[in-house]
Amino acid sequence: MTKYLYYPGCSMETSAKAYGFSLAKIAPLLGLDLEEIEDWNCCGATEYLGISLTPAYALISRNLALAAQQANGSRTVVAPCSACYLNLAKADYYMHEQPKLAQNVNEALSAGGLSYKPGSLTIRHLLDVIIYDIGLDVIKSKVTRPLTGLRVAPYLGCMVPRPDYEKRWSDPEHPIELDLLLKALGAEVIDFPLKTHCCGGHMTQIGPETAFELIRRLIASAAQYQADIMVTLCPMCQMNIDAYQGEVNHHFGTVYHMPIVFFTQLIGLAFGLDAKELGFGLELVSARKALEKIGIEAPEPAPAAPRPRKQEGLPMPKPLPNKATKLSEKGKVEK
Amino acid sequence: MALATDIKPPPSAPKLIEDLTFLNEVVERTAGVSRLEMCIQCGTCGGSCPSAADMDHTPRMLFAMIRAGMRQAVLMSNTPWICVSCYHCVVRCPQNVHIADVMYTLKSMAIEAKLYRDSTAPDFSKTFVDMVEEYGRSYEFGLATRHYLKHFPLRLPGMSPMALGMLTKERMSIRPKRIKNIKQLKAILQRAKELDVKAQRPVA
Ligand code: SF4
Ligand code: SF4
Repeated sequence: MTKYLYYPGCSMETSAKAYGFSLAKIAPLLGLDLEEIEDWNCCGATEYLGISLTPAYALISRNLALAAQQANGSRTVVAPCSACYLNLAKADYYMHEQPKLAQNVNEALSAGGLSYKPGSLTIRHLLDVIIYDIGLDVIKSKVTRPLTGLRVAPYLGCMVPRPDYEKRWSDPEHPIELDLLLKALGAEVIDFPLKTHCCGGHMTQIGPETAFELIRRLIASAAQYQADIMVTLCPMCQMNIDAYQGEVNHHFGTVYHMPIVFFTQLIGLAFGLDAKELGFGLELVSARKALEKIGIEAPEPAPAAPRPRKQEGLPMPKPLPNKATKLSEKGKVEK
Repeated sequence: MALATDIKPPPSAPKLIEDLTFLNEVVERTAGVSRLEMCIQCGTCGGSCPSAADMDHTPRMLFAMIRAGMRQAVLMSNTPWICVSCYHCVVRCPQNVHIADVMYTLKSMAIEAKLYRDSTAPDFSKTFVDMVEEYGRSYEFGLATRHYLKHFPLRLPGMSPMALGMLTKERMSIRPKRIKNIKQLKAILQRAKELDVKAQRPVA
C-alpha cells in the first residue's frame, strides 16, 4: 500500500458523491492508502482569490499546515478535485516563489497556532498518482470486465493539466494520460479535441449564457465524435455538464443526452465492481444506456419526485427566461 | 505678433506619476511573481481565451491599460469577471505572465473600489466566502439557491429542474457542515485580513 495524505474537498461529500464512493471502492484494490487530513477546510474554490489576497492564501494554507503536521510516512497530498488541487499547489508554489507571501500567511496561521514551510509537501492530483505511482500495468492486471465497445470522451478540463507548476503532465493542452488509462480499461477512446477546454467553471452561477455556450461546445463535440459517455476527473466539470445539460438543451433548443461520469467510476466497472456501489445512477443525465451497450446493468435512476425532465415540460410560468437573463446580465447598472 | 501674455500656459500635466503607480500596485497585490511588467503585448492571451468574445477588453489590452495607469477603466472592465481561470493563456504566454492571478487581483481591487457594473459575480464570490468563513466548508445547495433567488428570480422556473434534480438525488447537502476547529480558522482569517489592511494603508 502506498500512503498519501488525502484532501477530499467539499464536493466529494455533496455534488460529487459518485466520485467519493467510487474512489473509496477502488482505492484498496489499487493499493492506495488515503489518510484524510484531519479537520481540513474548504480551499476557497475560485472565489476567495478574487476577494482578498492574504486571507485566501491563509485559508488554503491551513490545510497545508495541518497536512504537514499529520505527515507520517508520506509528504504527498492527493486531491481529487481540480480546483482544490490547483489551489493547494498554487499556494505552495507561490509562497516558495515570493517569501513575502509566505511570511504573511505564516503570520496569519500563527493566530491559530499553525505554520507551514513552503515546499515541505508535494501536491498532486489523484489521476497523476494513479497513472504515475500505481501505473497502467497494475491497472491492466486488475481489469476483469474490459469496457470493450464503450466509446468514451476523455475530458480533463483546465486546472489539472494547467498551469502545471511541476511539469507533471505530458502536455498542458493535450495530455494523453487519461486516454491511456481509459484504453487500459478496454474502452474505445475518442481523440477528443476539447479535452482540456473549459466547462464554464463558476460562470454557470454568474453569467449562465457564457457558461452555456462553453458547455454546449463540449457536449456537441463529444456527440459529433459519437462518444457514448464523457469521463472527467473534476467535480466542477461533472456538475456543469451533467446538472446544466437540461438548461443548455433548453437554451439552444438541442436534445443532447451526453452522460458524464468520473474516471474512478469506470475503473471500478472494469474491475468488476457493482455499478450502484460506484455511484452510477447519481448522475442527472443517465449513463444507463451507455452501460447497457456493454452489457452492464446500471441502477434505475432514483425515483425523483417530481422527475426533473418532466418538470421542464410542465406549464410553469416561464416569463421569457432568456430575455430576463440578458437584462440582469448586461443592461443592469448596479446602484 | 503675440505678446508674451497671450501664450497659453501648457495644459496642466495629467497626474501621470500618480497613475503610473497602478501597475506597481497590481503587481504588489498579486500572489507570487506576476511578471506583469514583462508583457510584450503579443496578444497570445486574447487569442487563446475561450471567453474573449464576452470581454470588454482582451487581457492584452487590459494589461496595456494597467501600464497606462487607467485605473478607473481597468477596474470597471468586465474582463476579470468573465475570466474563467482556464489557464490557456497562462501556459501559452511567452513571458510567463501570471495572467489568471492578475485577474483575481483586479477583481479584489474592483470590489474594494466598488467599481463593478454588475454585482452578480462579486455577490457570488462574497456569498461563497461568507459561507466558508462561517462553516469552514462550502455549502452548495444554500449557495446556489440564495444566489439564484437574488439574481435570477425570473430564471428560477427554468433552473428548478436542475436544483430539484440535484436535491432529489441528494447531491446537494441541505445542511451545512462545520469543521471542528472553526475558531482556529476564524482567528487565522481575522489576522490575515488585518495584514492586508496594514499592507494597503500607504496606498490609500
Ligand atoms: S500572452 Fe503574455 S506577453 Fe503576450 S500579451 Fe498576453 S500577457 Fe502579454
Ligand atoms: S485564464 Fe482567463 S484570460 Fe486566460 S484564457 Fe482563460 S479565461 Fe481567458
